[in-house]
Amino acid sequence: MCLGVPMQVLEIRDDMVVAEIDGVQREASLMMLGDPVAVGDYVIVHAGFAISRIDPAEAEETLRIMREIFTPEDMA
Amino acid sequence: MKFQDEYRDRGLVQGLAAAIADEARQLPEPVRLMEVCGTHTMAIAQFGLKSLLPEQVKLVSGPGCPVCVTPVSYIDHAIALSGLPDTVITTFGDLLRVPGSCSSLMAERAKGADVRIVYSALDAVKLATELPEKQVIFLGVGFETTTPTVAAAILAAQQQRLGNFSVLTSHKTMPGPMQALSADPELKIRGYLCPAHVSTVIGSDAYLPLAEKFGIPCVVTGFEPADLLQGVLMLVRQCRAGQARVENQYSRAVTRQGNTKAQELIRHLFEPADAVWRGLGVLPDSGLVLSEAYAAFDAARKFQIELPDASEPAGCRCGEVLTGRIAPADCPLFGTVCSPETPVGACMVSSEGSCSAAWRYGQ
Repeated sequence: MCLGVPMQVLEIRDDMVVAEIDGVQREASLMMLGDPVAVGDYVIVHAGFAISRIDPAEAEETLRIMREIFTPEDMA
Repeated sequence: MKFQDEYRDRGLVQGLAAAIADEARQLPEPVRLMEVCGTHTMAIAQFGLKSLLPEQVKLVSGPGCPVCVTPVSYIDHAIALSGLPDTVITTFGDLLRVPGSCSSLMAERAKGADVRIVYSALDAVKLATELPEKQVIFLGVGFETTTPTVAAAILAAQQQRLGNFSVLTSHKTMPGPMQALSADPELKIRGYLCPAHVSTVIGSDAYLPLAEKFGIPCVVTGFEPADLLQGVLMLVRQCRAGQARVENQYSRAVTRQGNTKAQELIRHLFEPADAVWRGLGVLPDSGLVLSEAYAAFDAARKFQIELPDASEPAGCRCGEVLTGRIAPADCPLFGTVCSPETPVGACMVSSEGSCSAAWRYGQ
């Protein structure tokens, strides 16, 4: 439906960014993004557009909840 | 890769699978959960997640692959346009091999039609500037993740006053088909894994009416294995507690109200319209057409052209596969007449179709 990958913004040039994932650099348009983007941010890129900015705090919170489900000794 | 590998951690996935099994043991009866997005279908198959789920929890695929739900009449229309003189058809790769009533874009290309794969609608606009003597037509197929990119490309073409760029649109919206499937008592869907990137645009609140009206829990879910299992866990917990809430597992990218700029792009250029879905028929207001103000960019209005009577390939049961009524293996053509080398139906052609996923990664 809409695979998009999280890429890190390396450079911003008016309404385009250069973003990178695993050493691959790609241009992406910012025309779809309302909120501001800064160099170093992570955005989801789909079909040549940055469609969303990843919220690092939420990303961490999701992982925390996942880890909370089982206590370390459950893993033994 | 940051924001990806962490959610593929084996320990996390095993822990989540164990938690699902614990919860599922308390379920009064088995539950059928539907993942609506084609990218989810592929990720579930690719990471073998069904093998990690207990007997009581069954995942079925829904109508979330844009190529699969596109009716054969659209492919015929694109094929007819590819036959016009001085015309270049630009498309995402997936549409190339989808069978029309009597041909495919790939077959037409082999006979000399100018059909090119592009990565973005903006590439098609760039091509139109490089080939002023040609009419460049982009095949705009996709849900709310892709529609704003097509809208932005049309605005770019308008800004550059391009008279040789247009789009043959077949954009569809969510959660229309989910409502249609929820109303079907035979399907007995007890929960939805809601699309990840469509939801970055429409927002998780878009599923509230459906959850309330049909009493079916909805969890917006990411694409990684741990995301998907956490989404299933959240659904199973709601099933156990008899709840029907909308939850957002993919909170790192999805908010309640979604991407208002992308929504504005869609509203500015498109308007809701009835749409034909393979396997579901006509669903009211479940599609988008270009508004009158942008008719000059609408290839369907710009080029008057004769279309053959649309006919689905004989014996093809893609319509039932993509509504979760049957599994790929239940289709008599699966693995015999229909395979990736000789695809009969769209669910086998598309890289996100459930038949393609079942073939490549097994059941």
